[in-house]
Amino acid sequence: MDKIIEQTDIDRVDGIQKVTGTAKYSAEYDFPGMVYGVLATSNITKGIINAIDTKAAENAPGVLAVITHLNCPELPGYKSTPEQDKLVPTKKGYKVFADNIIRFNGQPIAIVVADTFERATHAASLIKANYTKEKHNTDFDEAIKSGTPLEGNNFKEYVRGEANAWINAPVKIEAEYTMPIEVHLPMEIHGITVVWDGEDKVTLYEKTQSLSGTQRNIVRTFGLKEENVRIITQFIGGAFGSAFNTWPHSMAALIAGRKVGKPIKLMLTRNQMFNLVGYRPEAKQKLGLGASADGKLMGITHEAIAMTASYNEFTEGIVNGSRSLYECPNVNTTYKVFPLDLSQPTWMRGPGETTGAFALESAMDELAYALKMDPIEFRLKNYAETDLERKKPYSSKYLKECYELGAEKINWKERNPEPRSMKEGDWLIGYGTGSGIFSAWRGAAKAVAKLLPDGTMILQSGVTDMGPGTATAMTNLAAETMGLSHTKISFEMGDTNLPPGPMQGGSGTTSTLGTAVFAACENMKKKLAAMIKDNAVFHTEIVHEVKVEDLVFENGYMMLKTDKTKKISYAEVIKSAGLSELEISEDSKGNPMLNHSAFSYAVHFVKVKVHSKTGVIKIDRAVSAVDAGKIINNKTAESQIIGAVVGGIGMSLMEEGVIDHRYGRWVNNNFADYHVAVNADVPNIEVLFVDKPDPVLNPIGAKGMGEVGIVGFAAAVTNAIFHATGKRIREIPVTADKLI
Amino acid sequence: MDKNLKKEGRRDFLKKSTALAALTIATPAIIKAGENDERIAALFEKIPLNLEVNGVVHSLSVEPRVTLLDLLREQLHLTGTKKGCDYGQCGACTVHVDGKRINSCLTLAVMNEGKKITTIEGLADGDNLHPMQNAFIKQDGFQCGYCTPGQIMSGIACINEGHANSREEVQEYMSGNICRCGAYPNIVDAVMQVKKEGSNHD
Repeated sequence: MDKIIEQTDIDRVDGIQKVTGTAKYSAEYDFPGMVYGVLATSNITKGIINAIDTKAAENAPGVLAVITHLNCPELPGYKSTPEQDKLVPTKKGYKVFADNIIRFNGQPIAIVVADTFERATHAASLIKANYTKEKHNTDFDEAIKSGTPLEGNNFKEYVRGEANAWINAPVKIEAEYTMPIEVHLPMEIHGITVVWDGEDKVTLYEKTQSLSGTQRNIVRTFGLKEENVRIITQFIGGAFGSAFNTWPHSMAALIAGRKVGKPIKLMLTRNQMFNLVGYRPEAKQKLGLGASADGKLMGITHEAIAMTASYNEFTEGIVNGSRSLYECPNVNTTYKVFPLDLSQPTWMRGPGETTGAFALESAMDELAYALKMDPIEFRLKNYAETDLERKKPYSSKYLKECYELGAEKINWKERNPEPRSMKEGDWLIGYGTGSGIFSAWRGAAKAVAKLLPDGTMILQSGVTDMGPGTATAMTNLAAETMGLSHTKISFEMGDTNLPPGPMQGGSGTTSTLGTAVFAACENMKKKLAAMIKDNAVFHTEIVHEVKVEDLVFENGYMMLKTDKTKKISYAEVIKSAGLSELEISEDSKGNPMLNHSAFSYAVHFVKVKVHSKTGVIKIDRAVSAVDAGKIINNKTAESQIIGAVVGGIGMSLMEEGVIDHRYGRWVNNNFADYHVAVNADVPNIEVLFVDKPDPVLNPIGAKGMGEVGIVGFAAAVTNAIFHATGKRIREIPVTADKLI
Repeated sequence: MDKNLKKEGRRDFLKKSTALAALTIATPAIIKAGENDERIAALFEKIPLNLEVNGVVHSLSVEPRVTLLDLLREQLHLTGTKKGCDYGQCGACTVHVDGKRINSCLTLAVMNEGKKITTIEGLADGDNLHPMQNAFIKQDGFQCGYCTPGQIMSGIACINEGHANSREEVQEYMSGNICRCGAYPNIVDAVMQVKKEGSNHD
């Protein structure tokens, strides 16, 4: 890319809206006659509803409707085909109000619609159900002991070279690592506003990371035409993976809104956020690692066990990182999933890899100590120059640079490698490291660029932004590519009426949408150049017909490379052509990456302090060095890594979903009892980018960074705790009681 | 609340009490407790409330059970104040009442009779942002923006309370505002910037 003007680090383009409170999230729209939906939920975990008494709720003041499985309208998407009937329960899914079966505690059994939020909330409390209870199991340990894991293609064993080769290595370790349920808990409670126009046309304001996915689900469920389902998502108050699915509460609001024929708003409660919009599944992992005496890996065996809901087969790549992060001839992995009587898990930031890297990177540290080798040196010794799993070269890999940058920043060399050897008063000091890997990819996306006669540009794409700053990055990219001040560019998004953009997630939005925006700008420049090729402004003795390569594009002008005084503004070109706008529509294809493997990398370094008497743990410093390809906007990119690290602090030290297995109910489903990192828990976080473009994945050189910033972080913390205390804690979160 | 009831007047209150008694006597067994509760609530539904929000005086009639947060968001359509938990655990709903920060989800609207409320919408002077708003943009003190109004209201109060003398102190006094995107270091930078500039005001 021709860099014409330096324009990185622009402030967020939606900053003013966010700091003034004018940014609108999904439950913040107002329409005349707005009504409120509130869910009533089951208080048993498994069984059937025999009867449900809604009379009191229906008679309560202001109540317009109560919908349960008994009066839920028949929906096209609720009818199952004979093939679907034959599926195992974990492939069947669950549809709200479709039947009388209770699959998890807190499952919606009714939606109450009333004219005020308070009246709806009160009426929902009046609903009484009579159940026949069945024996439930929400206990992961119990399921592993006596249950049956799911079967199918997602659970095939992977073997490269010889299985379990680590056992015969001269230096080896075997250890089991456990982690609990973690919950996304974005600050914006999932909410939706639904406005039906008759029975067949609907507009909804929904918290979704995928406009087209949500549109598709609603089209299918309600049997509507695609053009009659409009989704608007202007702002998302965080999601981290919780907003891909079209969840039961959204369907309930749609059903209820159509029934009462009024605009309806529904916001979950914070308690409901724990079991109605997914979570990261609990996992147990066993790692066997063996190396030669000089530290060459000879075998990796990674066995992971996780859980899912009885009605939904959720799988993720927990063991995938172990196949490709290091050069090792013998690798085998297994992955088992047990169904439980809980609500369904879903993707959560760095899905799979984050869980897997906690185990792999802890085991790598354990083996480094067994080898009496420096943990970084050990990793460098086993550096993978090619992807041995896929037998392909990497599109780009600057993991080595990440090790070097991070180690230097935290002064890794100065640490005394001996565990429990460093102290500051009563505090034990420890340094630890952990690495992360996450797939980089590029999908298909459409984007439109419009240049207007006043010299401003509008970009459009149906993408949503949960916080990373997609609109900012795209504005930044377009400004640089077009040679136009970012203040003259606006980015319109968050609406299915716009050209379909990619989903927001999977660390692929910038790569995918950036490709379309870049191409639209490049084609815009070609078009502009073609429009003025004969313009007398550019004529010199030798130039009579200018080509795009003869021009520079700068500050809204096309200038002759050889003589910048010869110039014409974009605005002038549009105006003199008599156009109301010049539009470029770009339909960019995905990159299947047939000949390369693409990953982003991160290496985390952590300094912890552990109080020798109380076991209190403080993260004193965190340094994360990241290879995410070219950085489009340093400011927002840095924030994204800081945010991922903060998530990692919560994961390693605090976050733990607790369920009372006697009743199958959540114990700590609120912010007072489920601890997330708060301001005082977080040190200064130093972020370093390699910032080298990937030459293969896309023309802008960006890989992805949303996920990789949390992958491997928990291991960096537990490894630092080991270094500080000499105690190896293999169960996160590491709380003080585990250290004393 | 007391203040409010006094204002309502003895006669009104007696009228309602009589009706309430009549209701409970007339329908002893037929009406279930829940329905009864709701009818009782309905009797007290129109409690007058006068309060000033961002310099605008509102004379309202609100149900006693409506929180200040829901009053702002659902009735006054000031949705800049966010609902992040509704239990006083996250700080997203922080507003200033008579200059002091509170969680608006933990106070009933009717408890704020005669009080001055400032929300995020009341900070800027036209297009001129409050210095704390500018600092949040400059320091990138947010990602998704949902906790941001609460953080900004808390940040202003943190300085006014005299609790911004060091990064550590700011971290401590800003810990009632959860940011799940994890913008904490930048939030501290923003508060420290405003403290340093000496530009903070209500």
